[in-house]
Amino acid sequence: MSRQSLTKAHAKISELTWEPTFATPATRFGTDYTFEKAPKKDPLKQIMRSYFPMEEEKDNRVYGAMDGAIRGNMFRQVQQRWLEWQKLFLSIIPFPEISAARAMPMAIDAVPNPEIHNGLAVQMIDEVRHSTIQMNLKKLYMNNYIDPAGFDMTEKAFANNYAGTIGRQFGEGFITGDAITAANIYLTVVAETAFTNTLFVAMPDEAAANGDYLLPTVFHSVQSDESRHISNGYSILLMALADERNRPLLERDMRYAWWNNHCVVDAAIGTFIEYGTKDRRKDRESYAEMWRRWIYDDYYRSYLLPLEKYGLTIPHDLVEEAWNRIVNKDYVHRVAQFFATGWPVNYWRIDTMTDTDFEWFEEKYPGWYSKFGAWWENYNRLAYPGNNKPIAFEDVGYNYPHRCWTCMVPCLIREDTVCEKVDGQWKTYCSETCHWTDAVAFRAEYEGRETPNMGRLTGFREWETLHHDKDLADIVEDLGYVRDDGKTLIGQPHLHLDDPKKMWTLDDVRGIQFMSPNVLLNQMSDDEREKHIAEYRLNDMSKIA
Amino acid sequence: MADITDQKERSFPKIEFTDSEAGALTFPSSKSRSYNYYKPAKLRATMYEDVTVDVQPDPERHLTQGWIYGFGDGPGGYPQEWTTAKSSNWHAFLDPNEEWEQSIYRNNSAVVHQVELCLKNAKRARVYDSWNGPWLKFIERNVGAWMHAENGLALHVFTSIQRSGPTNMINTAVAFNAAHKMRFAQDLALFNLDLAEADVAFEGSAHKEVWQEAPEWQPTREVVEQLTAVGDWCELLFATNIVFEQLIGSLFRTELVMQVAARNSDYITPTLVGTGENDYDRDLGYTRVLFRLLTQDEEHGAANKELFGSWLAKWVPRCQEAAHALQPIWSQAAEKPVTFATSRANATAKFVSLLEDLGLDIPKELDQ
Repeated sequence: MSRQSLTKAHAKISELTWEPTFATPATRFGTDYTFEKAPKKDPLKQIMRSYFPMEEEKDNRVYGAMDGAIRGNMFRQVQQRWLEWQKLFLSIIPFPEISAARAMPMAIDAVPNPEIHNGLAVQMIDEVRHSTIQMNLKKLYMNNYIDPAGFDMTEKAFANNYAGTIGRQFGEGFITGDAITAANIYLTVVAETAFTNTLFVAMPDEAAANGDYLLPTVFHSVQSDESRHISNGYSILLMALADERNRPLLERDMRYAWWNNHCVVDAAIGTFIEYGTKDRRKDRESYAEMWRRWIYDDYYRSYLLPLEKYGLTIPHDLVEEAWNRIVNKDYVHRVAQFFATGWPVNYWRIDTMTDTDFEWFEEKYPGWYSKFGAWWENYNRLAYPGNNKPIAFEDVGYNYPHRCWTCMVPCLIREDTVCEKVDGQWKTYCSETCHWTDAVAFRAEYEGRETPNMGRLTGFREWETLHHDKDLADIVEDLGYVRDDGKTLIGQPHLHLDDPKKMWTLDDVRGIQFMSPNVLLNQMSDDEREKHIAEYRLNDMSKIA
Repeated sequence: MADITDQKERSFPKIEFTDSEAGALTFPSSKSRSYNYYKPAKLRATMYEDVTVDVQPDPERHLTQGWIYGFGDGPGGYPQEWTTAKSSNWHAFLDPNEEWEQSIYRNNSAVVHQVELCLKNAKRARVYDSWNGPWLKFIERNVGAWMHAENGLALHVFTSIQRSGPTNMINTAVAFNAAHKMRFAQDLALFNLDLAEADVAFEGSAHKEVWQEAPEWQPTREVVEQLTAVGDWCELLFATNIVFEQLIGSLFRTELVMQVAARNSDYITPTLVGTGENDYDRDLGYTRVLFRLLTQDEEHGAANKELFGSWLAKWVPRCQEAAHALQPIWSQAAEKPVTFATSRANATAKFVSLLEDLGLDIPKELDQ
């Protein structure tokens, strides 16, 4: 269809809307934003007559590549180190995708502008596409990769795992609370516009370098839809900026959304890219370098900064602090170390690190070896059962961390840990911003203004609480992370499938008591707690190892 | 000539043969190659089930930490309390159409190709030239008005519902219902554009005034707007796909347009409207399965039937009134092979049959 025809067709389609006079549509999902002065603009101009054939063609390419991968024995050259992390990633990502679909009516409800409703509804269908095409990719991995354990229980594992819950924010955050906070600022303006670059472009590049060209095939196809979604988000953002009353809420939501996306996405994708790869070419971009290009330059400098002249208060300090956490505070490395510490309660295997890996990390992150080298050498030393417990329960100078109540990634940059009594419970936060998110932003009042539509942090937010004072073997069994012989764990701290003696079983982890840091924290006296937190802030083993 | 002496050494990842194929080794779970966290309806899981089931977590199934975000005034996630209908197992619902992303694009692309070919041939053969004035007016006004209803249901009924259902299977089926409606509404609008650009007496913008002011269409618009005001997602689905679509949608599409177009030398409109009919047939399929589950629920079936009876008592009179108001349009075509009474009797009979299939009492209003 020519551009002229498309413009004419779109103009005709826009005649389908009307102003209701008999009844007002139900407001199922409220917002504290106002759109009375909103300009009208549909950035998408998508019509279904061109949309369906376009997506079918994209599908044909994806499924053709999948057939080709099977015929070409792609799995003969896939790195297990890489594909194991996909058990975690692909268990998480279909839920954020389907949540994005579910978020669209919230945006439609909130924005009284029929011009944009069509584009949002098309995005809804895109998101269902993304969710199901990713589930299908995972199924292909399960069927064709050497070790299907973990893929085979994927959605159950996602729903009961500590890391799955971290990822679940990147989904529940789209569909809950203030409709604009959730469906526009958190989902579209920040998650889709900024962080899908690392999720769907940077990470698939790394997959290809590890012999897996199906992840790029599927996720680049997904990403080609994202550009349209970014236009939806931008349009609503401009509408919100047109009303001065929205400015404080926009400032609040940009701070929350930016920081939470950083905490969650950089933790996960940074770990996959840095610790899931076997490609240790020195000129291969590190995650920090990718982040600088995709997030700092492409998003922050090219997208966010120009919005300042429209009155958007940009969280410059948080952008800089996120960068600081990645390059100076070793955020990604500490997260990877934590995931590896928790291997018995994972549903994927985590490879040991070699001298080649050490050299690469030292090249990219000078000083890495002095901070993390000894710990990973201990990880290698303690990889097999028989003479030792899992590394989390051996004395390697690493204290199991407190969890951040807000982002649910543990408080790994220990010196930044905040401990406060909020809503009657002592809670720990990874940063001042995460504390602010819980104590200030997600409340029914913000800066003296009523914000009844803002969401709340709910649920059993500390995963460890559910398993406090239980035997580790019982926990693993309850979670279902056991292979079909009824005893061998799915998670293993190495990749050796060829020797049964190297595979950890329930018997190897029985007799180890698992304790919740938050439960213990709340059992302490004030003095004990103060002392404990002071020591925790100092107990940065990456500096003392 | 290009200088070939100063070429940098290219850097690229080295491929390594890892022998990571299925079957390369035997070890615990090495043959565990099906999703094991749900029980498929039949012995072997379908593709639809594998890509749909449990993607939306549920505290009643595997979700141990509960929903981690809540609304200001209630729980987050997908609370079952968002409808007054009850089920002892919402997860039992599976879409009989087994729609997932590949099927929705394949099916709808096929429809797009069919419609485009039909309209292209119509233009080439200049078929609109031979349509009589009353029939052009009928299309201009009535098909023009109807496309608003389809679009309104797409954006403010089905798109809305798919946020609220308690399972991924329900919400995904409804999301595709929205996609069908959007495509169909837009196809009718683009058909309107074709006719407006043809060398015939057709006012392309007349549909707006008809939809918003013509007395025969106002009760229909009123019902559509009332539907968008419903907060209970299950009532909204019931009132739309069970009541409105039967008593008004099918009455207009099946019992009028599909019956009278050919007699008025029009084979184009039935081709287009037929795609909407096919969509509704599929969408009624999933709706029927869902409400049958609810009426046959061992624990809640009786209460659900009573509830649905109250919804019928609320929506049937509204739709009956709207259907009655449409009566004049049966007289607008030059050729009138069916009467309003016949069409309405046919639509009512199918509605009664659907209600009987669901095990619901027939509302007394249908006898009038």
